[in-house]
Formats: sequence, structure tokens, C-alpha cells
Amino acid sequence: MAAPGIGLGFKPAHAEAALGQAVPGLWLEIHPENYMVDGGPRLALLDALAGAYPLSLHGVSLSLAADEPPDAAHLARLRAMVDRVQPVLVSEHLAWSTRRGTYLPDLLPFPRSHAALQRVADNIGRTQDALGITIAVENPTHYMPIDGHDYSEGEFFAELVRRTGCGLLLDVNNIHVSAHNLGTDARAWLGSLPLHAVREVHLAGHATDATGLLVDSHDAPVAAPVWALFADLLRLTGPRPTLLERDGNVPAFGELLAEREHALAISAAAA
Amino acid sequence: MSTLGAFQAAFTDALLASACEGAHDDGFHVYRNTVRRGCIDALEANFPAVATLVGAAWFRSAAAHFAEASPPVDARMARYGQGFPAFLASLPTHGDMPYLVDVAHTDLAWSACHDAADAEPLDAHAWLDAWEGRRRWRLHPATRWVASAFPVASLWQASRDGVAPRNLAWLPEAILLTRPGSQPLATPVPPATLCFLEACGAGQPLAAAADHACEAFPTFPIDHAIAAALGAGALALA
Repeated sequence: MAAPGIGLGFKPAHAEAALGQAVPGLWLEIHPENYMVDGGPRLALLDALAGAYPLSLHGVSLSLAADEPPDAAHLARLRAMVDRVQPVLVSEHLAWSTRRGTYLPDLLPFPRSHAALQRVADNIGRTQDALGITIAVENPTHYMPIDGHDYSEGEFFAELVRRTGCGLLLDVNNIHVSAHNLGTDARAWLGSLPLHAVREVHLAGHATDATGLLVDSHDAPVAAPVWALFADLLRLTGPRPTLLERDGNVPAFGELLAEREHALAISAAAA
Repeated sequence: MSTLGAFQAAFTDALLASACEGAHDDGFHVYRNTVRRGCIDALEANFPAVATLVGAAWFRSAAAHFAEASPPVDARMARYGQGFPAFLASLPTHGDMPYLVDVAHTDLAWSACHDAADAEPLDAHAWLDAWEGRRRWRLHPATRWVASAFPVASLWQASRDGVAPRNLAWLPEAILLTRPGSQPLATPVPPATLCFLEACGAGQPLAAAADHACEAFPTFPIDHAIAAALGAGALALA
């Protein structure tokens, strides 16, 4: 088990509020890319956070599903950060965001083919070797059907877990959003994943775009159907370390703590 | 190329195409918009003084063109836009706002200063030892500067503060960025100070660097020039 209880995605705007009090049971998640600097206030903030709360490092750019190995320099920087802050968990996404030296700031889809499984398993292995720990990998958001799948997402994750020993970071909002966008059933999707490997759960808000697609916008409170899906998940797995993400329309720290209380209540009911 | 590689090559080309050509799912546009917005938002965050001077609409339009031609090469998006000043200089509007390029260079210098390695600034006591060769010293890793034919210090600082420049004299200016404490410090400095720091950065001993600045600016009091650099924490113990 990584971190206990309910954590919050850390925003620098909340630095004073988070560091000015000791919230019992709270842990924080950061994007390591934002703190990969040589010195100065960003690194000082990272050290202060690591001194005050358990930290989880949630990468957005390792590009595990790229048809190329992870960038060695990036892995070295990530290893240095792992050594520096001793995180409770390191996680990444089942997606790609780099292509021949270009970085595309998004988490992009790919066909879950036999070749892709081999490549992603190899990239996870390289990452885990470089970091000296196993990581958790997050299920992505889907916005469009892709041709060429040899595996369902659940089968693909089960194979990755079996081959690499990685864990699953289960984003419940991504399940809800993806099931809506691809016209499938969210509960069946949830049940198809290797739930025994869940090391962390993500919860976030979403938006509806002009075409009716749901977008994983992280700019609103968690929606009611996602809370319900979260409760369903915990009935199957029991409580798991769970993170609330808010990246846009970021409210006051206290408002996120109040939303966290709701997650705590659902988690307690499943204990 | 593998089928995975071929898929990703085609997807990348479609994402970066200047116009969204061909038939795409609505879902593809979500990815495309996210990539574009990620690039533009990063540039807006990294060049706040430029964005203030030109306004959000102009800035985001220019940033979109830059992102198409020069997508990020590093996931550390706080570093994105090293080529943005040169891109601004290449625009047809450059002649209307010739100072914009130096303001952009100053935004970049501020970010580099902000994220540079930590070091102990050279204080007055250590300065004497360094001057007399008893202590090793170097430029502080966070020290950056921009010299301009335009009033770059006044324009940049006012833009960062979100106010109109006051008592603006349309004269050349230089700006020194240092990090003597926890945050970057921007200091307008005389050209003699930059001359001194350039000589320091080239590895000259302090006395030789001071002589160099004296010769270049014979009418400027060298002690003032050096005091400006030292007071801002531009030098550090080695």
C-alpha cells in the first residue's frame, strides 16, 4: 500500500495554506516535471512539502507507450527526485507524449496491440530499473475509438502487472469519461481491470464539450456519478489511497479539504 | 517502422498540422486542442511581460504560430520558448514593437535566474578576500542580464507589475537579474556594471575585470558599478 487515506493534488497557490497547518492523514501528489530544476524557490518548496507531508510523484511525460525507450536524462532526473523526497509512490500514465525528440503536452492514445504490450512492458521495466522501485500506471482518458486493439484495457493492464510487477493507478473519473465517450458501460469497464493491483485511486471533475464529449478537465468538483463509481470500486477493493485532483478553477485550500471529507466518508464506509 | 511507430508518426503529424486537415473524430480535436493549449499556456506563463505588452489575444495568436513551428522538445514546460524571442524578431510587426524581443529575453532570463542552482552570494567581507586573491569566487549561477537599445528595464518591470511605465525615458537600459534571497531580484544597472560582470564571467580576476570596465567607461565611477553587482548578489563563493 502506498500512502494511506485521501490526498490532494498540490497546487503552488496552496503552499502557504498547506504548510501553515498539519492536516491529519493528508498526503500530496506533485508532477515531478514542475520541480526538475537546479535550485531556487521551486526546489525549496518541494523540500518543504516533503518535510511536511508524504509525497507521491505523478509523472506526465515519461511516455511509457511511445515506440521508443524513456528519455535517459529524464529518468535520471526522476531518480534524483526519488532519492531526494523519498516518495510513497511514483506513478505514470498508459499513454505517450513524446515522438522523436518532440514533446506533445497531452496523454495520447494508441492501439493496444501485441507489439505495444511488449514495448510498454519494456518501458515500464526500464523505468523501474532506473528508479529502483516499482511504479503504478494510470488508465487513460479515451476520446475516440482506435483501430488495432489486440487486448481490452483490462487485459492489457493485467498483462503489464504480470510482466513487470507494476501497480494500477485507477482513475475513476477517466473510467466514467471514457465509457461515456466510447459508449460503453463504466461498471463493466471497472470490473475488467486487475483491481487486486490498485495502489492508488484518482478522482477529479470533468466537463462537457460542444460536441457532447466528456473532457477530463480537472476544473470542477468530482461529479455525482464518479462518486458513485468510487463507492462501487471500494466495495470491491476496500479502501485505497485516493487522490483528489483539481488543476483548473482551483478553489481555496479549505474547499478542497471539504471535498476530501466526502472522499474520507465514502472510504470509511467501505472499510 | 513498427505499427505502433507508424500510428504515432501519423498522429503526431496530424496534431501538429497548422490546419486540421481531413476528417477527424470529434475526439481527435480534444487531443489537438489540449496539445495546442498546453503549448500556448506555457508560453504565456513563461513570457508574462511580453503578454502584458501585447495583450492576451495577440500573444496567444503569436504563441500558436510559434508552437506549430517549434513544438516543445522538453517536458519541463517552464523552459519552453527558448526560440520565442527570435520568433518575435522575425514577425512583420517587429518594427512596430522593436523592444519586444529584449523584453522576451528578459522574461527568459528571469526564468533561468529563478530555477538556477543555489549558491552563497559574495558579501562585502568575502569580497575583499576575493579581490586580494585569497578566496575563490564565480558568477552566481542565478546571475543573468540583458542590455538593450531600448528602456528594457522600465518596460519589463512595469509589464511584470501590470502597470503603465512611469516617467519613461526612451533611452538604452540594462537589467541585471540575481537571486540574493529566495526570489529573483531585477535591478536596472549602468552599462559599466555589465562590462564588469562580462569580464568576471570570462574568468578575469576581479581587479582586471574592474580595470576592463574602467577603460570601457572612463567617466563612470567604477566603485558604483561594482557595488551594484555586489549588492545584488551577482557573485558567489566558488
